[in-house]
Amino acid sequence: MELHQLTIHELQKLIQNGEVSSTQITRSVFSRIDEVEERIHSYIRLMKDEALAAAARADEDIKNGNIRPLTGIPVALKDIVCTKGITTTCGSNILHNFVPPYDATVVEKLSAAGAVFVGKANMDEFAMGSSTETSFFGPTRNPWDLERIPGGSSGGSATAVAADECIASIGSDTGGSIRQPAALCGVVGLKPTYGRVSRFGLIAFASSLDQIGPFTKDVEDCAIMMNVLAGYDPRESTSVKMEVPDYRQFISRDISGWKVGIPKEYFVEGIDPEVSAAINGAIDTVKKCGGQCIDISLPHTQYSVAVYYIIAPAEASSNLARYDGVKYGFRASGERDLMEMYRKTRMEGFGEEVKRRIMIGTYALSAGYYDAYYGKASQVRALIRRDFDEAFRECDIILTPTTPTPAFKIGEKTDDPLQMYLSDIFTISTNLAGIPGISVPCGFTAAGLPIGVQFLAGHFEEGKLLQIASAFEKNAAIEKRRPSL
Amino acid sequence: MEFETIIGLEVHAQMLTDTKIFCNCSTKFGGAPNSHTCPVCLGMPGVLPVLNKKVVEYAMMMALATNCTINPSNSFARKNYFYPDLPKGYQISQYAYPLAEHGYVWIDMDGKQKKIGITRIHMEEDAGKLIHDENNPFSYVDLNRTGVPLIEIVGEPDIRSPEEAAEYLKRLHEILVYLEICDGNMEEGSFRCDANVSIRPVGQKEFGTRTELKNMNSFRNVQRALEYEVKRQQYLVENGESIIQETRLWDDAQGATNSMRSKEEAHDYRYFPDPDLVKVVVDEDWITQIRESLPELPVAKRERFIREYQIPAYDAGVLTADKALALYYEDVVRLCGKPKQASNWVMGDVLRFLNEGKRDIRQCPISARSLADMINLIEEGTISGKMAKDIVEDMYHTGKPPQDIIREKGLVQITDEGELTETIKAIIDAHPVQLADYRGGREKLFGFFVGQVMKATQGKANPQLVNNLLKKMLAP
Repeated sequence: MELHQLTIHELQKLIQNGEVSSTQITRSVFSRIDEVEERIHSYIRLMKDEALAAAARADEDIKNGNIRPLTGIPVALKDIVCTKGITTTCGSNILHNFVPPYDATVVEKLSAAGAVFVGKANMDEFAMGSSTETSFFGPTRNPWDLERIPGGSSGGSATAVAADECIASIGSDTGGSIRQPAALCGVVGLKPTYGRVSRFGLIAFASSLDQIGPFTKDVEDCAIMMNVLAGYDPRESTSVKMEVPDYRQFISRDISGWKVGIPKEYFVEGIDPEVSAAINGAIDTVKKCGGQCIDISLPHTQYSVAVYYIIAPAEASSNLARYDGVKYGFRASGERDLMEMYRKTRMEGFGEEVKRRIMIGTYALSAGYYDAYYGKASQVRALIRRDFDEAFRECDIILTPTTPTPAFKIGEKTDDPLQMYLSDIFTISTNLAGIPGISVPCGFTAAGLPIGVQFLAGHFEEGKLLQIASAFEKNAAIEKRRPSL
Repeated sequence: MEFETIIGLEVHAQMLTDTKIFCNCSTKFGGAPNSHTCPVCLGMPGVLPVLNKKVVEYAMMMALATNCTINPSNSFARKNYFYPDLPKGYQISQYAYPLAEHGYVWIDMDGKQKKIGITRIHMEEDAGKLIHDENNPFSYVDLNRTGVPLIEIVGEPDIRSPEEAAEYLKRLHEILVYLEICDGNMEEGSFRCDANVSIRPVGQKEFGTRTELKNMNSFRNVQRALEYEVKRQQYLVENGESIIQETRLWDDAQGATNSMRSKEEAHDYRYFPDPDLVKVVVDEDWITQIRESLPELPVAKRERFIREYQIPAYDAGVLTADKALALYYEDVVRLCGKPKQASNWVMGDVLRFLNEGKRDIRQCPISARSLADMINLIEEGTISGKMAKDIVEDMYHTGKPPQDIIREKGLVQITDEGELTETIKAIIDAHPVQLADYRGGREKLFGFFVGQVMKATQGKANPQLVNNLLKKMLAP
């Protein structure tokens, strides 16, 4: 085994025993990057010098016995979280030269925990996409099949973990942007409860839906990352003041007697048969663990995509208004007046998908349309949330597929936004309700593409998610595979 | 045709908090461009607003002082529009759920009280400023003011004349300054006013087409702009032309309003709830706490002055128009115990000096203690009222207490009976003819003798004593 192939908890043991240094781990990761990055394109920017310097500092700390939760562990950051002094692009031309004078709260926390930052991971422009194809810096490829997309929007964060170009990574999830690429790349991805992880320094797409979370190689690593990421932040008004448990305590715990809800609305036509089979296998595994699977209903599920594609673009249309060429980032040249400067800057600075969503959102908020679109969508959102509240009175956990299909081909859906939007059909409701969700690998297609199962829990029940995900991971008879690159 | 004027005012007042509404930057006016900024008020990517609680408290103070009902749950919305002085591309304001609604203030029009309704009071952030370079084809953006807290006070269309509008504005201004939540400076823009104006034939129920007036930066300009606009609208209607719904800017130099943008060009602000902020929850305890912290307001103070000090309503009005002046007056009264005299001196000489010197009562060189002492010296007979007129002027210019001035200038009133008797005796001796006439019945000559005594004593003789002595000594 190479060091870059190991998990956080495996590396921690080696570090603690003095068997390896952070510098060795970091060098191993960068040698892996040298080997595969050209084919995958996980990163927009690599931070090799900074990483080696951080690794050297970590080694000092280790020598002094100052070992923190992530000391010396190479972590990748989605290029949507602001890093002080390091260009943060959000996958967009309009921010291609933006250097934040501040760190996102999660970056501060990871730093304080001793993490070594490998680089800024590729993503769909402004997190708008499900395939990482809308990045201004070019697409990321799925390590399991380089002709296929890795999912999105946090595609680079998923592939970096899947291809061992880092040990763990950070993504953000507005409608499935962590869980969907995690499923398509065969890694673990968790979207925490809205308000659990600080959004300060996370470049906003849709503020009421955005949430930062980790990608890891296994569930225990996910718990380790959540211990670092979760917690109240006075710099964010929607951050929730609530005690954070030690998430590692939920690893390897029994789930017998747990009621696991299977929502009938998630098992409809359109699901790929191989995905369907894998999910049925996952249900069997849960039963084998002592879980009691029951049928439940989330009756407003069918509206979630429509509601999402009004609320998210509406918020985005406002959040992205600040990119006007006045203060920072890209400004088009040759403008004659203010209006032209705005128009050219935004026309040239934003890509097609971003402009499409700005237009949808602007329309949905316009005078005369607000009530019919944004107003109605907000009402239905409340119903979707109520569906979950009611469901969680009957069950502890909800089990669904993470995605309806395995990874599709690059370019397959780029001309059909509606088909692209439907790839998030099973992940969107979670964000609308604000509840946490995790995607865990549950098998492969015959062609060798990973499939993920999604577990959902009530607000602030990340512990339960980790508990069932960990039990599932231990009991599922999935062979250990690595992408052959 | 007889017309009725309908006016509604929208007032923006900057709150005197130390820090901005959604970040910790200073709210100080002045300062090098962009020196009071941070990633939050600069609208950088990924940053988030956190509400300054003090702003809510200040806004609640104004809401309670203007008889508004506070909404126990109110929230912020985004007002979306592009402009370089608005770094986020939206202004955080309140829209569907404002802080407070349904208030009113009383205005006094020639002794008649009139109630002007307040539709709502809400909180929002101020925008920055553009500085246009005359010599270069570009503009500068100064974002120091961005995020400075504002409250907007939206008035009902209850105002029927430009005079009423000015009066209403003065009342709001007075309350804000009394509460010490706004400095009320109109030139610097910490107190701003927009006006909606329409006219309608007397008797008509429906409102006419309104125009919105902006850019009036003094009470006087608000009144002038409204007077102009009412005349303009009347002229249009009388000449069969229609009024266009539009925004018009007041041009002070020109003394006219000019069209800025029509209704068709108006922005669609696409308001929606700001997802970065949570609801502002105001419970009864908080409201009670704020209510109890309110200082005595101008109207209450005015009524108390009339009642407690037995001074005319007009005097009470002048003395309470400025909280510091009222405080000064009350200090003088407390120290001398003579409310009417205190009111005469404060409203007369003191205010005249201050006006001439363009000074504020806070900068008055005559301390309340000095003025009270002077009033006491008159009452005790140490100086005459006439002498006091000169003394108070010296007090203003030198800042010295009256006792010092009296001593230095030897101005003490002659109250020594022996000394005065001597003087009077000499005068009577020198005017035997007048004495005879007086004793013969020409009583008017009494004044002649008083004058002679005053002349001989250079006005320092105690007038009462002179009277008494003369009466005695002139008697046959």
